[in-house]
Amino acid sequence: MTSTRLPTSTASPAPSTGRRLLGRALARPSLPALVALLVVSVVFGLQAPALLTTGGLAGVLDTAALLGIGGVAVGLLLIAGQFDLSVGVVAVASPLLTALLVQHAGWDIWPALLVSLAAALAVGLVNAFLVVNTGLPSFLVTLATFLVLQGVSQAGALAVTGSGRVAGVDEAPGWESAVAVFGSTLQVGDGRFRVSLLWWLGVTLVATWALWRTRFGNAVFASGGARTAARQLGVPVQRTTLVLFGLTASAGWLIGTLGLVRFGSVGIGSPVLTTAIDFIVVAVLGGCLLTGGYGSAIGASVGALLYAVSREGIVLSGWDPLWFRALLGVLLLVALLATGVVRRRLKAVPRS
Amino acid sequence: MTEPVHRAAPHLPELELQRLSVHFGSVAALSRVSVTLPAGEITCVLGENGSGKSTLVSVLSGLRPHDEGQLLLSGEPVRFRSPRQARAAGIATVWQDLAVAPLLSIWRNFFLGAEPTRGVGPLRRLDVEKARETTVRAMARVGVTHLDPDQPASTLQAGARQSLAIARAMHFGARALIVDEPTAPLTVNQQTLLLQAIVAARTQGLAVLLVTNNPRYAHLVGDRFLLLAHGSVAGLLTRDDVDAADLMRLMAGGEEFNALTEALTALHSELGDR
Repeated sequence: MTSTRLPTSTASPAPSTGRRLLGRALARPSLPALVALLVVSVVFGLQAPALLTTGGLAGVLDTAALLGIGGVAVGLLLIAGQFDLSVGVVAVASPLLTALLVQHAGWDIWPALLVSLAAALAVGLVNAFLVVNTGLPSFLVTLATFLVLQGVSQAGALAVTGSGRVAGVDEAPGWESAVAVFGSTLQVGDGRFRVSLLWWLGVTLVATWALWRTRFGNAVFASGGARTAARQLGVPVQRTTLVLFGLTASAGWLIGTLGLVRFGSVGIGSPVLTTAIDFIVVAVLGGCLLTGGYGSAIGASVGALLYAVSREGIVLSGWDPLWFRALLGVLLLVALLATGVVRRRLKAVPRS
Repeated sequence: MTEPVHRAAPHLPELELQRLSVHFGSVAALSRVSVTLPAGEITCVLGENGSGKSTLVSVLSGLRPHDEGQLLLSGEPVRFRSPRQARAAGIATVWQDLAVAPLLSIWRNFFLGAEPTRGVGPLRRLDVEKARETTVRAMARVGVTHLDPDQPASTLQAGARQSLAIARAMHFGARALIVDEPTAPLTVNQQTLLLQAIVAARTQGLAVLLVTNNPRYAHLVGDRFLLLAHGSVAGLLTRDDVDAADLMRLMAGGEEFNALTEALTALHSELGDR
C-alpha cells in the first residue's frame, strides 16, 4: 500500500462479550431443533415415562441412527443447494442387490456388499452428472432416478425371486464379520443398543469437521449460498456436487446394509421407501436452509433425534401412531419459522 | 508513446492478448482482440454494454477459456482452466458483483477458493488462525478496523463489503489486478478507496485492467484506454490522445462512439493499424 490515507470505516461496533455469545448461540443452525427436542422430550417424558428408561432410549436412538445417517448426508447436500430424493430407494435397492448376489449368485457377503456400494455410487454419479451438466433442478432429476430405481428394483427382484423377498442371507460366507461391523448390539438393562449408533455418531462427527475445518466444507457452503461468487473465485462447485451426491448414495447404501445385516433378509415392500422425504425433513428440522448456504451436520442429527423422540413418544403414550405425521408437520413448520426469525434478527448466520 | 518513461528496461508485458477470440455459440463475444497490459500501468476498458468487457474480464480471470488466439503471461502462453489457476498465477479480480458469499464469515470469504491449510492427506485442514489474522490485517490496510472476522459477510455494510473484495484482490494479486467496476452505486469514499487500491497496485508494479463506465474516473487514473465495440478493439488510446471530455463523448453512445473513433483515427493515423 502507499502511504496515502485511506478512508476508514468500522465494520460494526464491537458488541459486548455477552451479546456476542448470545449472538453466536442464536446463529447456530441447530438451536431451534435443540429447543424443540427439549420441549418434546419433557412433554412425552411426562406422558410416557417409559420413554426415559434405557429401553425407551434404545428405541429412540435406534430410530434416530438410521434417519440421522441419511439426514446428515442429505443435509450436506442441502447446504450445497441440492436435493436428493433417491436416498430412500438406494437404501432398499442396494441391500436387495447384495442379497440377490449372495442368494442367487452364491457370492460371499463382502464382495456382494462392495458391488452394491459401487452400484449405489453409480446412482449418485448419474444424479450428479445430470444435475451438473444439464442444470436441471436436482429435485426433479433425483425424483426421476428415484422412480426408475424403484421400478427396476421391484420388478427385477420379483422376476428373479418370484416373491420380492430375499431371505437366508445370513448363511453367506463371511456373515459373522459383516455382523460384527454392521450388526453388533450391546444390551444395557432392558435396552438393546445397536452399532448403527456408532456409525451415526461417526458420520456426524466427520461431516461436522469437514464442514467447518476443510476446504471441502467451504466449497459446500459457498456452492449453496453464493454459487456465482464460488465460481468466480475458482471453488470447484461441480466436483463438490459430485462428491456430495456420492455421499448421499453411500449413506443410502449404509442404511440399507445396516437393515440387511440386522434382519438377514430384505424385501421390496420395505418401509424405508417412504423415508426419502423424511431425510429432508430431518435436515430442515435441524436448521439446514432449503436454499443452501446454511446449516450443520449436528443440526441434522438433532433433527433426527427430535423425529425419533416424537415418534416413540406418541407410540409409548398410547396415541394413534397416525398422529405422528401431523406432529412432524407442525414441528417442521415451527422449525422453519424459528430459523427464519433467528436468521433475520442476525442478518443471518454462522460462527466461523 | 509505446514505452512508458518510468520503465528501466524494455521487458515483456505482464499480460498480452494476441488475436484472442471467444465465441458463445456462433456469436463472437470477443473477436481477435490484441492488447498488451504492461506492468505498472492502468489500462481502462471502455465500451457499451455487450461490447465484450465482461468477457474480457472472464478470460483474464480464468472464468472462461479463450477459443482462439493466445493469452501470454510474461511472454508465456497460458490457458486458464479455472479462476483458481488464474489466481495462483497472481491475477486477482474485483468482480462486478464483488463475489462475496453473504452467509459465510468474513475470513472464509477472504480465502474462499484459496484457503491456507496445514496437515497432509485426509487430515489436511484449514489453517484458521492464519486465515483470521491475515484477513484482519488485509482489511485494516484498506481501512476497515475493529473487525470480527468470524462475523458473516452479510453483517458488513456495503462499503466494507466492497473493501473486502478489494483487500482480497490486493492480497492475491501479485502480477495483475483486474477490476470490473462494481455496479452497485458507490459513495465518494468507496470510489476513493477503489481508485486508491488501483493506483497502489500500479505503484507496486502490477498490470492493472479497469473496466469502468465512468470516463472521468478512467481519465483520472488511466494510462491507456482500450475501446471495445462489438467484441473488437475500436481503439487503443493513451492519456496524450484524449482528455476527459473526449472519453465522455466516446462513452456516450454508438453513433457518436463510431464517429469519434473515426475522427480520432483520422487525427492519429497510427491508431488505424491497431
